[in-house]
Amino acid sequence: MSSATKTTVFRTVDLTKTYQMGEVEVRALRGVNLELVESEFVVLLGASGSGKSTLLNILGGLDTPTSGQVFYLDTDLTASDDRELTRYRRDHVGFVFQFYNLIPSLTARENIELITEIAVSPIDAMDALEIVGLRERANHFPAQLSGGEQQRVAIARAIAKNPQVLLCDEPTGALDVHTGIVVLEAIARINRELGTTTAVITHNASIAQMADRVIALSDGQIASVEMNVSKVNASELQW
Amino acid sequence: MLKLDRKLLRDLVHLRGQAAAIGLVIAAGVATFVMSMCAYKSLEAARARFYSEYLFADVFSSTGRSPNAIIPRLKEITGVAAVDTRLVYDVLLDVPGMSEPATARLISIPDSGQSRLNQVYIARGRMLDPLRTGEVVVSEVFADAHGFVPGDHVRAIINGKIQELSIVGIALSPEYVIQVQPGSILPDDKRFGIFWVSENDLEAAFDMAGAFNSASLRLAYGNQVEETVEVLDRLLKPFGSVGAYTRDEQISHQYLSDELTQLRGMAVLAPAIFLGVAAFLLNIAISRIITQQREQIAALKAFGYSNFEIGAHYFNLVLVITMIGTVVGILVGFVLGDSMVGAYAAFYKFPSLDFTPDWFAVAIAFLMTTVASVVGTFFAVRSAVLLPPAEAMRPEPPPSYQPSLIERLLPRKTLSPEVRMVVRNITRRPVKASFSVLGISMAVAVMILGNFSLDAMNYMMYFQFRLAQRQDLSVTFVEPATESVMYEVQNLDGVLASETIRSVPTRIRFQNRSRRVGVMGVEPDAKLFRLLDADENPVRVPDFGIMLNTKLAKLLGVRIGDLVIVEVLEDKRPTLTMKVAALVEEYSGINAYMNKNRLHEALLESKVASGAFLKVDPNRIDTVFAELERRPGVGSVSIKDAAMKSFEKTVAENLMVMRSFIIVFAGVIAIGVVYNTARISLSERSRDLATMRVVGFTNGEVSIVLLGEIAAFTIAAIPLGWLIGYVLAGAVTAGLDTDNYRIPLVIARGTFVLASLVVIAATVMSAWVVQRRVTELDLIGVLKTRE
Ligand SMILES: Nc1ncnc2c1ncn2[C@@H]1O[C@H](COP(=O)(O)OP(=O)(O)OP(=O)(O)O)[C@@H](O)[C@H]1O
Ligand SMILES: [Mg+2]
Repeated sequence: MSSATKTTVFRTVDLTKTYQMGEVEVRALRGVNLELVESEFVVLLGASGSGKSTLLNILGGLDTPTSGQVFYLDTDLTASDDRELTRYRRDHVGFVFQFYNLIPSLTARENIELITEIAVSPIDAMDALEIVGLRERANHFPAQLSGGEQQRVAIARAIAKNPQVLLCDEPTGALDVHTGIVVLEAIARINRELGTTTAVITHNASIAQMADRVIALSDGQIASVEMNVSKVNASELQW
Repeated sequence: MLKLDRKLLRDLVHLRGQAAAIGLVIAAGVATFVMSMCAYKSLEAARARFYSEYLFADVFSSTGRSPNAIIPRLKEITGVAAVDTRLVYDVLLDVPGMSEPATARLISIPDSGQSRLNQVYIARGRMLDPLRTGEVVVSEVFADAHGFVPGDHVRAIINGKIQELSIVGIALSPEYVIQVQPGSILPDDKRFGIFWVSENDLEAAFDMAGAFNSASLRLAYGNQVEETVEVLDRLLKPFGSVGAYTRDEQISHQYLSDELTQLRGMAVLAPAIFLGVAAFLLNIAISRIITQQREQIAALKAFGYSNFEIGAHYFNLVLVITMIGTVVGILVGFVLGDSMVGAYAAFYKFPSLDFTPDWFAVAIAFLMTTVASVVGTFFAVRSAVLLPPAEAMRPEPPPSYQPSLIERLLPRKTLSPEVRMVVRNITRRPVKASFSVLGISMAVAVMILGNFSLDAMNYMMYFQFRLAQRQDLSVTFVEPATESVMYEVQNLDGVLASETIRSVPTRIRFQNRSRRVGVMGVEPDAKLFRLLDADENPVRVPDFGIMLNTKLAKLLGVRIGDLVIVEVLEDKRPTLTMKVAALVEEYSGINAYMNKNRLHEALLESKVASGAFLKVDPNRIDTVFAELERRPGVGSVSIKDAAMKSFEKTVAENLMVMRSFIIVFAGVIAIGVVYNTARISLSERSRDLATMRVVGFTNGEVSIVLLGEIAAFTIAAIPLGWLIGYVLAGAVTAGLDTDNYRIPLVIARGTFVLASLVVIAATVMSAWVVQRRVTELDLIGVLKTRE
């Protein structure tokens, strides 16, 4: 697979992010140059505090860098104002968060519809639940679902809007092995079937085997980029 | 329905307790506002209609015998549209079975069958037949108080002769919408009535053919009142005018105006207090929800919900609560307004007094509550709007606690861990804690506000009728009585002691201000009718100089030592320049006093008396009264106890309804504030509390953490509430300060205690409701999920 033939979805140029904590400066990102291409499945690895979430948030338009540039297709996200970033997220990005962030007062189905109502070309909420295998739990509230089920609803919510990019921050962080695999399979399936460009943050190096590319962050910089020659299915992963 | 709106509904259901408490506070404020405004509108409309349809006059003047020949001169005064002249006499009635005296004011009705001004509205029966003698039309309140109906007879002592009058009609007049006898503070339906009789009858009885003793003018435009008063005074001066006055000094009009002013005041004060409290409650509730929903907000933003949508979402939540409260308040306000207007109908007599909904007030109510709740929650909602989504993804850092000053001052180990948690929770957020304290103290303050009026009234009664006036009976004479008449009165069987007074109508001027005032000459060493200062000490009557009551001094801008000009409006009409020698405290009327002997000298007269105060053997009051009533020179007799009782009854009836409202409203505020504070503490602490339960603390110990805070707030709030209540009561007394009466700022200890008890009860109730939730804490659930 050659990235030359594919459209570049994300491109970052000398991306830095510095947090000012009183006297102390925390340099979360220190010059990240990166490209993600169409329908690629990328895994971001790295120690805690290495800047993975910061990078993902900037790509998703949730946060802005201190310096450097981020391009989504031809759009310079760094030049966009808050309204344009909101528009960008609304139309193009699907998020899966480590702690699910479902709305507790809405059922699984309603949580998804909350998002599809404002999306450009959504798929049906029930179909999205079908993909993550939770069709029959549609009318359950988050409190009535297990952690893994909640995470799958969160994935269904992200994919139901039919986004161009799917950004997942430690989607399996809070899950056991088995549930983790179910969740990852769901993500991989979206990537495969819908061609959604997907970036997944994880601490678990073995998940990397599923990816097209594995990008390792260390101390706010890219430490290594590896192409995966043979992708493995989630069920075959060695944890 | 949009899913975001569904979330809103479910959040609302989740918050129902708090939402109901807040909605109730809003409803209470709106209800009071709408009630006052509607009552205002109804009363004002009824008044305007009555005044214009029954030609209420603009200027009034009482005189001695004035010849009808002067009438054309009155009509020529510029700006005068109509003139009415008549005979007016106050006489005593002889009502069977009534030991207390009743006074009737006889007013003449001309042959035409209707007065030119201040016309009579016949409610029942018919108008007088001017050609028949002995017919009378009686004012409605008096007739009702005595159960008189057309066809009944009543006996009056007219010019010393008992005369039987036949009641043919029951009537109302724009001049006597409320019937207050001059010198009284409140109406006394049983003891003061208006009787309309034919001009011929009155002329004959008082030998007044071709003359009048009362003139009323109606002006073409309302702007020349002052000039008209001057001209009228000049014209009628030779005939013993005691000074013309305008509607502003007309008693019934004054009472109505005062009532309207009070309604206005209530319409301002109530929403200010209630909506202030509601805005504060909304603020703490919404702040809490937004903190709680931090991560939900982040997720919504991550998925592209705009800042505007997020802001609107929370404002909608606020507005739904507000609108429900407002609508309920408006409906309750209509009901209360309707019953208030109904209560007015017993007091203020109009041909028709109907409840009129004030739609403008309804619109204002919506506007006010919307503004109050948006302003109250603006910063909380803004924080949701501005919440950076990337940051909100990260769990909130644990709050930073510090050992508080209190803990550091106390030796270690004196405080149990639970108490220490309470202290730290409070000291960590001092602003929030002070707002909660302020909110609860508002409840205390409103309670005090609602109850102090009764304390003030009681004090007024005590001051006026126990400390100052110690007579049993007071008598006024039709004409100033000579020493021999007084001698007779003083020696009636049963009279133990007596004092006489001489009063003259005057106009007192100081610089460019002036007032019509009765100056009373009092005996220098009076024991029965005493003048007191604000500290309840008797004021010695000075040999020279004049004494003003504090209200009059304030109106004129006079201080002790200033020189005032006293124009006597009787007889030889001397003009005196007098030094203000002392100020005396009185809670009703505007009065001036001086040494009686000096007054006689100034008037160049012998020792006559306009009235007398008598101390009477308690067993013989009735016989003394009956004896006095029979004497031709006696104009009116009043029994102090009877006056006090009827005053107390009227006050009690009026205040009781008001008080019960206010107690309910204060309870609403107390429960609203306490319940909200407790509920929010519970939701903020539920994780900590569940954790404590999990590691083995008992329900009781856990409750201390939760309820200790509320208890501390309530304890702090009570004294603060006393203070705020005192200040608000001061504002109310200032607002109710009228020429007719002042309300002293007196708050009984019992009122403070009651206010505290009601708030403590509300606290205990709210705490109990919230405490039950502690036992229901979902230990597993709380620990399983974040927030
Ligand atoms: N809002 C913030 N304020 C201050 N420092 C921050 C903030 N957000 C992130 N940081 C710091 O930036 C660095 C990178 O944080 P980031 O969340 O990107 O790490 P991460 O690789 O996702 O770590 P983890 O695997 O633990 O999630 C960390 O040192 C973190 O403390
Ligand atoms: Mg992270």
